[in-house]
Amino acid sequence: MKKTSVTALLTSTLLAGPALAQTTLTIESWRNDDLTIWQETIIPAFNAQHPDISVVFSPTAPAEYNAVLNSKLSAGSAGDLITCRPFDASLELFNQGHLTDLTDLAGMANFSDVAKSAWQTDDGAATFCVPMASVIHGFIYNADAFAALGIEEPKTEAEFYAALDKIKADGTYIPMAMGTNDQWEAATMGYNNIGPTYWKGEEGRRALIAGEQKLTDPQWVAPFEQLAKWKDYLGDGFEAQTYPDSQNLFTLGRAAIYPAGSWEISGFNAQADFKMGAFAPPVAAAGDTCYISDHTDIGIGMNAKSPNAEAAKVFLDWVASAEFATLYANALPGFFSLNSTPVQMEDPLAQEFVSWRGECEPTIRSTYQILSRGTPNLENETWNASANVIRGSETPADAAKRLQDGLASWYEPQK
Amino acid sequence: MAARKPVRWHIAVFLAPAVVIYTAIMIIPLIGTLNLSLFNKGADGVEFVGLSNFATLFGDPRWSASFWNALGNNAWFFFIHMLVQNPIGIALAAILSTPRLRMAAFYRTAIFIPTILSFVIVGFVWKLILSPIWGIAPGLLDLVGLKSLFAPWLGREDSALTTLALISVWQFVGIPMMLIYAALLSIPDEVLEAAEMDGITGISQFWKIKLPLILPSIGIISILTFVGNFNAFDLIYVAQGALAGPDFSTDILGTFLYRTFFGFQLQLGDPYMGSAIAGAMFGIILLGVCVYLFGIQTRLRRYQF
Repeated sequence: MKKTSVTALLTSTLLAGPALAQTTLTIESWRNDDLTIWQETIIPAFNAQHPDISVVFSPTAPAEYNAVLNSKLSAGSAGDLITCRPFDASLELFNQGHLTDLTDLAGMANFSDVAKSAWQTDDGAATFCVPMASVIHGFIYNADAFAALGIEEPKTEAEFYAALDKIKADGTYIPMAMGTNDQWEAATMGYNNIGPTYWKGEEGRRALIAGEQKLTDPQWVAPFEQLAKWKDYLGDGFEAQTYPDSQNLFTLGRAAIYPAGSWEISGFNAQADFKMGAFAPPVAAAGDTCYISDHTDIGIGMNAKSPNAEAAKVFLDWVASAEFATLYANALPGFFSLNSTPVQMEDPLAQEFVSWRGECEPTIRSTYQILSRGTPNLENETWNASANVIRGSETPADAAKRLQDGLASWYEPQK
Repeated sequence: MAARKPVRWHIAVFLAPAVVIYTAIMIIPLIGTLNLSLFNKGADGVEFVGLSNFATLFGDPRWSASFWNALGNNAWFFFIHMLVQNPIGIALAAILSTPRLRMAAFYRTAIFIPTILSFVIVGFVWKLILSPIWGIAPGLLDLVGLKSLFAPWLGREDSALTTLALISVWQFVGIPMMLIYAALLSIPDEVLEAAEMDGITGISQFWKIKLPLILPSIGIISILTFVGNFNAFDLIYVAQGALAGPDFSTDILGTFLYRTFFGFQLQLGDPYMGSAIAGAMFGIILLGVCVYLFGIQTRLRRYQF
């Protein structure tokens, strides 16, 4: 009996021998759509430089990711590298000691403060995830439809509604593909898409956090007033239209304009057989400064209990490099690198989106930092309010007042 | 006196498997949840707070508004089931048990099949059928010239919950049908023959003879429906998402519990308030079952054949 176990032990040591030199890192992620890109493009590129570290990309379904990750971390069975959601979800993990402080990682120098803000403590003292990518909001349109109807890319609100009216009058296309069934599009691709133009991006967002502006102020009600006008341009039965319905309506060529996030680009490229273009959220009057939501969306951090900390840091340093930025941005057009080094992208639609960074003032989604920390949750309430306003079951002023009351009920600076 | 009775070990042994499994997967988690609802995060870590989570749930205007909204929706969901599912189930069973009906086995199977389908499939299929864009419902209504009756039912606040309840009825109507069918088959022929001798046939035979005999089964079905409806979650989650839109008009206790306990999008999970909601659900179901057991079941007349 004893002899057998000794033999087994020896055998296992022998087997483990070569593996010792080979460290394996496991990445936890919600991006299950990206599995092949990691396996075929990103990991081989990393292994070309670091053949001694093998990397396994192990994604979970997006809706379950947060819950699954939390239980894995508590049980000590999570992977070495953790893909980070922006702001509070990751901050909570850091505060609980699940994520390592990466402030001193050499590669962090490649990122601006805005890029790092999504994965920092409130005072900015510690950064715990390497920023990977952001997504930009805007409108994608059917260029063939625009050409046929003789419509130019709208720059101002007036042009925007004139274009929508023209499409509606023609009747060939549904003017705008959006539904309110899933609610989040109304908030994310509606409210937070056009909103920064009215609350002046970072200026308004920071004033709201500081308690100097209220959600009932005109600049915060204005986006709701715009959304209320959208109702007339949506398709029949938009109340029951889901997110995939809207995507299909647009890629099948039945709708002309799609309020979008840049993450749609690769999917739309594969599905649509017409020419597409994109325009930034229209401004109130010609010549006004434009604002875009350039939202920090994905980062990657390190499990504090990882036994392979050295190897994990090597990998994170590589993720922070310009080489990774180029690989990632081109493999996944629409997920824009946050690296300070400019990245050359090939996809024309992605280029169009990223070109707005030069013309417009960037900001992030207003509800994500700090303001969604309490109950009621401002982000979730905004989904509900935006959908209500588009459906017309709540007036813009009422919706804004409800959000403000909810926020003021727990957020000190707004009391 | 005679020697003491021997200990009857076999009773414990035969009960053990069921008791152990039931305790491990039902009773312990239930007590754990109820226990968790008495705690919350305090200044320094998790601390015992007594019933203050329940005080928040019923006292805080926001929490209580959500709770009563969910409970009211749940009650409506249950009401539709009692009003539609069970009468239809009984009617179908009565038709199926008619000896002259041909292909009874086929109808029985066809009506029962949706019951074994996954909620995910049922929710998805019905969403497609009722979709204003791709659905066949608008087309079918158009064929009979009633296109104007069609509306995006799942997206309207006043119709979404009723529509979902009817989808659930469609899925589960097979269960009351089967139970009542079995009860109808167990009515002895002598009783029915005696009724025929007295001139009671057809419809009046159903009302006067069969219905009183299957009342206990109807009671059981009602309580099963009650427990099932107040534990419901899946169909709403699949069809409308965890935010139970539009504007929380389809939010029932199960989705409210899910959002609170596990969190949703930027909202972090709150297991303590979540447990309080679970505790309230347990209380509601317990109360309902007790009312039935002591108030109704004991008064039902039973007939021995």
